[in-house]
Amino acid sequence: MLTMESRWLDVRQLDEMGSQKTVIHQIHPCAKLVTTVIFLTVVASFAKYEVMGLLPLLLYPMVIFTLGDLPVGGILKRVLLTVPFVIFIGIFNPLFDQAPYATIGPIVLSGGWISFLSILLRFFLAVTAALLLVATTGMDAIGMALLKLRVPRIFVIQLLFMYRYLYVLLEEFIRTIRAHSLRSFQGEGVKPKVWGSLLGQLLLRTIDRAQRIYQAMLCRGFDGEIRMIRRRKLMRSDIAYCLGWSSFFIMVRFVNIPQWLGNLLIGGSG
Amino acid sequence: MADALISPAVGGTMWLGVAGLAAYSAQKVTKNLEEEKIPLMGVLGAFVFAAQMINFTIPGTGSSGHLGGAMLLAILLGPYAAFLTIASVLTIQALFFADGGLLALGCNIFNLGFFPCFIAYPLIYKQIVRDATNQKRIYIGATIAAIIGLQLGAFGVVLETITSGVSDMPFVAFLLLMQPIHLAIGIVEGLVTAAVISFVWRERPEIIQRAGKSEPLGNLRIKPVLLGLLVAALLTGGTLSWFASESPDGLEWSVGKVTGAEELQEPEGGMYALLGDLQKQIAFLPDYNFKKAENVVATMPDSKAGTSVAGIVGTLMTLLLVGIIGKSLQLVGKNN
Repeated sequence: MLTMESRWLDVRQLDEMGSQKTVIHQIHPCAKLVTTVIFLTVVASFAKYEVMGLLPLLLYPMVIFTLGDLPVGGILKRVLLTVPFVIFIGIFNPLFDQAPYATIGPIVLSGGWISFLSILLRFFLAVTAALLLVATTGMDAIGMALLKLRVPRIFVIQLLFMYRYLYVLLEEFIRTIRAHSLRSFQGEGVKPKVWGSLLGQLLLRTIDRAQRIYQAMLCRGFDGEIRMIRRRKLMRSDIAYCLGWSSFFIMVRFVNIPQWLGNLLIGGSG
Repeated sequence: MADALISPAVGGTMWLGVAGLAAYSAQKVTKNLEEEKIPLMGVLGAFVFAAQMINFTIPGTGSSGHLGGAMLLAILLGPYAAFLTIASVLTIQALFFADGGLLALGCNIFNLGFFPCFIAYPLIYKQIVRDATNQKRIYIGATIAAIIGLQLGAFGVVLETITSGVSDMPFVAFLLLMQPIHLAIGIVEGLVTAAVISFVWRERPEIIQRAGKSEPLGNLRIKPVLLGLLVAALLTGGTLSWFASESPDGLEWSVGKVTGAEELQEPEGGMYALLGDLQKQIAFLPDYNFKKAENVVATMPDSKAGTSVAGIVGTLMTLLLVGIIGKSLQLVGKNN
């Protein structure tokens, strides 16, 4: 139950972050969405054993965090929550790939450890970028951007509906599960005997609610279109934002900046 | 599936495939459905989202399983609407919980949406359950369909991970790891789905009946979908495979292909010479051949030692710079 409630709090928290009004929040959602996608593609396109070259990309989350006035801890906590799966898959790299790859003084690093490190770094960058997109844009605006980018209308409307309903439904679920666990002897787990009736009951209520909501919406003139008050045009600054970041990402992809800096300082030996 | 384990070629291909499927499903849903289904899809999406967080105790093991929900949605909404709904559930999860990630979202929608909605539901559940008049059939159909759907999905994860080449896990080992785990998950998923469906069937049979009647995939036109996927896969595989290429110089190579030159013509002097020099200096054991131990011993310790020192210094410098930029932005922000 704790997990369900805390996850729900997470969603609400992100939603609140998305409604701020900082420099980053005011950039057109399309520009932010496209920038995020380019960032992710660049991150994924790095070679398997690349660690150093990825590091300059940290600048992107860093800038968004500070300019977007976002709580670093709150978002990093969420990033950490999803770490286990990546570690689970990635930890096999050091096992299967033990050929020496690099030396740092007396320590010889195997290719597996390097690629594992690379996986972790990619993971961090990719996950943070996705969370930052929501935290600086908000779901409604992302929906609008999706519509602009020609994602099927029915999908977007349905997505936004779903997001709205979450607010009602999740709290009802939390109440129901709490009621169940208070009356059962084994805590949070739902026993097979009530799998059907518990979830089924919730489902029936859900369907009825959908019906009522739909009728209420029809009464208020719903015609299948969701209208947004916040409509804004794509401005030059938005395009500059997108192009600026993209060219930085692509430069990082081609020039190993840390190595370059190092050579500059040490005198380019090797 | 996660962003960190995926190559852009694989991620892009799956995105294209899923985009095609979504467009096709959206067209289908808009064409033959009452728009009443849109809010219902939204609500059921939220339902599945919430239901995924409930722990279902597995008898005798002390552990618990979770619901995926695609099969439930397919039974209640029909395959097309279900596909769109599960896609939006996964989208919200990728955005808010960073489950999987955005680049891998295509893969995830495919694994968890396509297989249950377009394979397991029409080809297994529908065949076994038919018009849903028999509880036993519902149980058997939902369980088998959920298991097979998840097995296919797990297989999809394995294939996508292996073709991406970021993880070193051997194909067979990964397969042996994934399939049995997902067998257990599939059984729980199937039984929960079956329990819910038969509960609803007892209480409010008209819901299941209505859902069952509304186009059981009509005359299943899966062929164009698969064909489209294949074409998309070939196209992206062909044009993007340099991204996935084992060589770190994949991009340069592709640029070479595009410009028709084996190596890029470098204008002499100026920036290019500088960058060229740089490139030579920064080759921090760039090639995979070095993985062979004997090569490493021969080349690494002496000749590259300097470079790796420079690398470490540079790394620290980069992190420092990123930190300084962040901090100063913060200060500027506070002053304003």
